[in-house]
Amino acid sequence: MKPVFMTYTKKDLINLAVCMVLSVLVIPTFITTEYWYTSILIPWLCLALATIGQQIVMGYTGQLALGAAGFMAAGAFAMFNLILRVPDLGFVGSLIVSGLIAAAFGILFGLPSLKVRGIYLMVATLASQFFIIWMIDKFGWFKNYDSSGIITAQDIVILGKPFTTPLAMYFVCLAVTTVLTLLAMNMARGSTGRNWMAVRDMDIAAESMGVSLLRTKVQAFAISAFYCGVAGALFAFCYLKSLEPVAFDIKLSFKILFMCILGGLGTINGAFIGAAFILLFPVLLNAIGNNVFHGAIDATIISSIEQVIFGGLMIIFMIYEPLGMAKLWENIKQKWKTKIPSSTNLKSFGKKT
Amino acid sequence: MVEELLFFMEVLVGGLLAGTMYSLVALGFVLIFKASATFNFSQGAMVFFSVLAFVGFMQDFNIPFVLAFILAALLMVVVGLCTERFVLRPLMNASEDTVLMATIGLGYVLEGLAQAAWGVEVRRLDLGIGDFPVPWIADNLKLFISALDITAGLVAAIMIIGLFLLFKYTKIGLGLRAVADDAGAASSIGIPLKHIMLLVWSAAGVVALVAGCMWGARAGVQFALVDLALKALPVLIIGGFSSIPGAIIGGLIIGAVEKVLEVYIGPFFGGAIEGWAPYVLAIFFLLYRPEGLFGEKIIRRV
Repeated sequence: MKPVFMTYTKKDLINLAVCMVLSVLVIPTFITTEYWYTSILIPWLCLALATIGQQIVMGYTGQLALGAAGFMAAGAFAMFNLILRVPDLGFVGSLIVSGLIAAAFGILFGLPSLKVRGIYLMVATLASQFFIIWMIDKFGWFKNYDSSGIITAQDIVILGKPFTTPLAMYFVCLAVTTVLTLLAMNMARGSTGRNWMAVRDMDIAAESMGVSLLRTKVQAFAISAFYCGVAGALFAFCYLKSLEPVAFDIKLSFKILFMCILGGLGTINGAFIGAAFILLFPVLLNAIGNNVFHGAIDATIISSIEQVIFGGLMIIFMIYEPLGMAKLWENIKQKWKTKIPSSTNLKSFGKKT
Repeated sequence: MVEELLFFMEVLVGGLLAGTMYSLVALGFVLIFKASATFNFSQGAMVFFSVLAFVGFMQDFNIPFVLAFILAALLMVVVGLCTERFVLRPLMNASEDTVLMATIGLGYVLEGLAQAAWGVEVRRLDLGIGDFPVPWIADNLKLFISALDITAGLVAAIMIIGLFLLFKYTKIGLGLRAVADDAGAASSIGIPLKHIMLLVWSAAGVVALVAGCMWGARAGVQFALVDLALKALPVLIIGGFSSIPGAIIGGLIIGAVEKVLEVYIGPFFGGAIEGWAPYVLAIFFLLYRPEGLFGEKIIRRV
C-alpha cells in the first residue's frame, strides 16, 4: 500500500483515528471508576511504551537484552532530579531530557553488543540493571538525600496547569505514548528499521551490504533506552507516584521481556497486546479466585499459579507461535478475510495452478 | 603488617570458598550446555525448586533426611523427563534464542509450582554443619573460615572430579560430547538422543539439589536463591560455557574478586558493590576473551 504521509498508509491513519476516538472519547465517557485508570490504563500505557523499547532492541535488532527496568529507573530518577533542580525545563522538557539520559546509559551498556550476542549479551545487560539500581541507591544525591527510601514524586504541571486527577494523568500518558508509538512505527518502517532488521536476520550479510553494525546497534540501544527512560518517568510519576529503586528491580525487566515475547517479537502492536495481557491476566485470576472460589484460595497461591501460567504460555508460544499474540491476531484476521472455499471450489483444492 | 596480611588471606580464602558455591550452580548450566548446546536459564529455578521440595518433604511430611534427599532427587529426574518431553523435543530444530526463551518460561513454571506447593515463607535448612568458623583452623592458622564453606568446597571438588571423569572416560560421556557437537549426526549413528537428554537434565537436577542444599543452609530456603543463581552467569562467562574445570575456576575468581573488592574498595562507594561487580568483570572478559578461560572458541559460520 502506498504511504500517504511519511511511512503511514491510509489503513494506518484509519486505525489511528479509531484508536484515538476509542481512547479519547469512548473510554473517558464509559469508564468512570478511578480504579481502571490508576491500576490498569495508566500502567498499561507506561509498560507498553517500555515494551516498545524492548521490542526495538530485541524484536527488531535481535539483541537479547534484559535491562529495561534499569533504564526505566534511570529515566524516572533523572526526571525527579530535573524537576527538582532545573524547574525551568518544564514537564515535557524534563521528560525528553530524562529519556536522553537513559539513552546515554543505553549506549554505554549497549557497547558489548558489538562483540557478543545471545546469552552473553544478556549477562552484559544484566550488569546495567544491577549497576544503575545500585548507583541510585548508594549515592544520596540522586534521591535528594532522602533517608526514608521512598520519595514522593512531584505533581505534574504542564504550562502552569496541574495534571493530578487520574483522568488527567491518563491523558498525559496517552499523549506521550501516542507520539512515541507513531515515531517508533515510522522508524521501524523506514531505513532505520530496515537496518535493524537486516542486522537481526544476518549481521554479517548486513555488514557486507554496507550497514554499519556499530551505528545500527548503538542506535538501537540508545533509542530503546530512550523509550524505556520516558516510560520509567511516566511509570513513576503517573502510576507509582513515588520513586524507589526497588520498584525497578530485575522482576520488572523480566515482566517487560515477557510482554515483548508473548506480545510478538518485532511488532509494535504486539507491545500493547503483551502489556495488556500481562497486566489484565492477574486481575482476571484474582476475580476468578474471589468470585468462583470465594476467596478459598490463598492470594499467594493465585500469584504462583499466575507465574506457572505465564511460564507455560511462554513455552507454548515458543513451540507453536514464536511470533506471539500479534501473529495470532494476524492469523485470525487472515482467516476472516480469505473466504472459506465452497464445496464446488474444493475440487480444485490441492491442484497446482 | 602480619595482621593485615592475615586479614587479606581471610578475605581471600573466604571469597574463594564462597565462590565454590557459585561453581556448584554453574556446574548445572555447564552440564546441560556441554551435552545439548542449550543454555538452561531455569537452572536457578531448579535449585530453588529442588531444595524447597527437599525441605518440604522433611518438614511437612517428617520424612528422614536421607529418604527426603532421594525423593527430591527422584523428583528432579521427573522434572528432567517432563522437560525433555514437553519443552526440548518440540523445540529440537528451533534456534538457540528460542530455546533460551523457552527455558526462561520453564524457570517461571518451576518457581510458581514450588511456591504453590510449599508456600512462600523462608524455611530453615539444617544440614548439621554450622555456618561458623572452624575452631581448629582459627586456633592454629588464625584464619576464620566457616565450616559450611569448607564443606561446600569439598562437595564441589568431589562433584567436579566425578563429572570430569564421567565426561572424559565413560561411554556415556563420549555420547554426551557427540550429541553436543552435532545432535543430528550423533542420532544418525545410533546414540539415543532422548536418553542422553533425560540423563543430562536429571544430572543437572541433582546438581541443582546439592547446590540448593549448600545455599539453603547458608541463606535459608527462599525465593532469593533464584537471584543468587543469576550470579552463576558471570561465572560461566569467565570460565567458559562448556568447561567443567572452567565452572570451578570461574566461581573461585568471582568469589575472590567480589569479596576483595567489597572489603577494600566497597567502603568508598557505600558498599554492596558485590551486587554488580561480577557482571562488570564478566563484561571485561567478554570484550577480551568472549569464549572464557577454558571454553571452546566460538566459531560462526556464515
